Amino acid sequence: MSEAKIPAGSTAAGTIAVAAESTVATRMSAPPSFDVADFPVPHGREEEWRFTPLERLKGLHDGSATADGSMKVEVDAPEGVTVESVGRDDARLGKAGTPVDRVAAQAYSAFEKATVISVPKEAVLAEPLRIRLQGEGGTTYGHTVFDIGAFAEVAIVIDHTGDAVRAANVDFLIGDGAKVTFVSVQDWADTAVHCSQHNALIGRDASFKSVVVTFGGDAVRIHPRVNYAGPGGEAELYGLYFTDAGQHQEHRLFVDHEAPNCRSHVTYKGALQGQDAHAVWIGDVLIQKTAEGTDTYELNRNLVLTDGARVDSVPNLEIETGEIVGAGHASATGRFDDEQLFYLMARGIPADEARRLVVRGFFAELVQEIGIDDIEERLIARIETELGAAAA
Amino acid sequence: MATLEIRDLHVSVEGENGPKEILKGVDLTVKQGETHAIMGPNGSGKSTLAYSVAGHPKYTVTGGSVTLDGEDLLDMAVDERARAGLFLAMQYPVEVPGVTVSNFLRTSATAVRGEAPKLRTWVKEVKEAMARLSMDPAFAERNVNEGFSGGEKKRHEILQLELLKPKIAILDETDSGLDVDALRIVSEGVNRVRDSGEVGTLLITHYTRILRYIKPDHVHVFAGGRIVESGGAELADKLEEEGYAAYVKGGTPQ
Repeated sequence: MSEAKIPAGSTAAGTIAVAAESTVATRMSAPPSFDVADFPVPHGREEEWRFTPLERLKGLHDGSATADGSMKVEVDAPEGVTVESVGRDDARLGKAGTPVDRVAAQAYSAFEKATVISVPKEAVLAEPLRIRLQGEGGTTYGHTVFDIGAFAEVAIVIDHTGDAVRAANVDFLIGDGAKVTFVSVQDWADTAVHCSQHNALIGRDASFKSVVVTFGGDAVRIHPRVNYAGPGGEAELYGLYFTDAGQHQEHRLFVDHEAPNCRSHVTYKGALQGQDAHAVWIGDVLIQKTAEGTDTYELNRNLVLTDGARVDSVPNLEIETGEIVGAGHASATGRFDDEQLFYLMARGIPADEARRLVVRGFFAELVQEIGIDDIEERLIARIETELGAAAA
Repeated sequence: MATLEIRDLHVSVEGENGPKEILKGVDLTVKQGETHAIMGPNGSGKSTLAYSVAGHPKYTVTGGSVTLDGEDLLDMAVDERARAGLFLAMQYPVEVPGVTVSNFLRTSATAVRGEAPKLRTWVKEVKEAMARLSMDPAFAERNVNEGFSGGEKKRHEILQLELLKPKIAILDETDSGLDVDALRIVSEGVNRVRDSGEVGTLLITHYTRILRYIKPDHVHVFAGGRIVESGGAELADKLEEEGYAAYVKGGTPQ
């Protein structure tokens, strides 16, 4: 069920536990809360912080980061979509999920106005709903809720660029039978710090496809989280990251199967190159006693292109009922090494093309999953740029 | 006519106690259409010969020359040597994650031929070559060498040999780890390429078994980092009878 091919300097200590009570929750140092005061300031040895360079979070974790920055926000909302700026008393806020760590709670405690974007029921949007967040320096906190009506079909793109210290929560309230594709692109400047919790509450027979793409930033830590509000829900969580020298990119997923007959499928793939490139992938899946008929699979693959990079990949699957369709996970980290390069070159393929061939092939199946042409093209171009930077 | 000329080749590898000389003056000429078998005990340096001619970075050439049609191969990068017409079928071909066999073959053929093969004829060409090697068409969509059995890896190497049509083919222990059926299929593939008369073949092997399927014109005994005896096919029969004992002193290659 699990496979591993790990080079030195990497971990993939995955677990599959069959337990009466969840340890996913107890592994966290504090229960979820909207109040930052409920979380002690992390010191780095806690389970949920042990891979994260706290000193590079610019104070997001200890209360010292005051909201002194600015973020340019552009929203392209197709017709029929409502965009509101609301206060923290709005009932739709926090309904999809509760902050699970101090930074997410800090974001919830510190934002001034939240944005609620609503798609009416049965609306089928021909064009993606696009939000461009361009950091203009300094710290900002944000909260966005996507309220998707029953049977609506929508693609949402949030594009992060520029320099920022950013902590945010992004909620998805997905009505019954709705279909949502969400793409979050982290294409930040090299200095940016970004922590974000994505909470999806998936309605009965609804489907949610999330694609998290992380290229930029100094330290990026994303929590994609899924809960099911009723049976028959489906979540596909895809991730693609390209971690360069000195970058820390962390993706911590949690799928909570409480409702019966739901499905979740997770595929995250990352390439790493350069000294102290560090990627972290945590994949927690909990199948509760009530979640009979669950079908879940999670996969993380990493491709280490140079020496000096490190991957920590930890899949955890916790099963409280045996009445399921399937459950599994796999984590594998492979190296693109001198022997592979020699093999490809011995077939006439020049070195830079050999590297490109391997990385393109590695990401190809994921890029195709996005289904938004301009994003796919941009991704492919970005991968080429990253590879070009490595060759130079 | 294409000719590979190896003259007084000296090669060393970096060892724990500094460089260690493995090849100690190898002389060999392989012409297009000829088949040479290089036979020798384990550790004699015969694989080092294959990999240093192909340009593996682990090996340092400290003296001598290798030319293909007068062009200095040692001055070329690994990919340039391949494009010049050299092919090495590897004993342990590595896995290449994320790259399908079909993508790999096409990229490689494009590089070696200097232009992308026309899609329609290419698909047919690959299909037919795979069928001749008794390979399942689904094989083309698997990642290169990932999860391949020993026999599949060797067939895949010979598939490349058939498609890339080199001037000089070095086969490094292509017979090792193959059962009789696989050995026959792989040997037939090599023989098809040889029958074109356009390739010079250097067959490196520990065992005489493969020589029942692939008849060499010349047999060389390799020991202690050089060729110690050369002859015709009958030399292989002698090795079959007597083994390598006569070529190693005190049981270890000198």
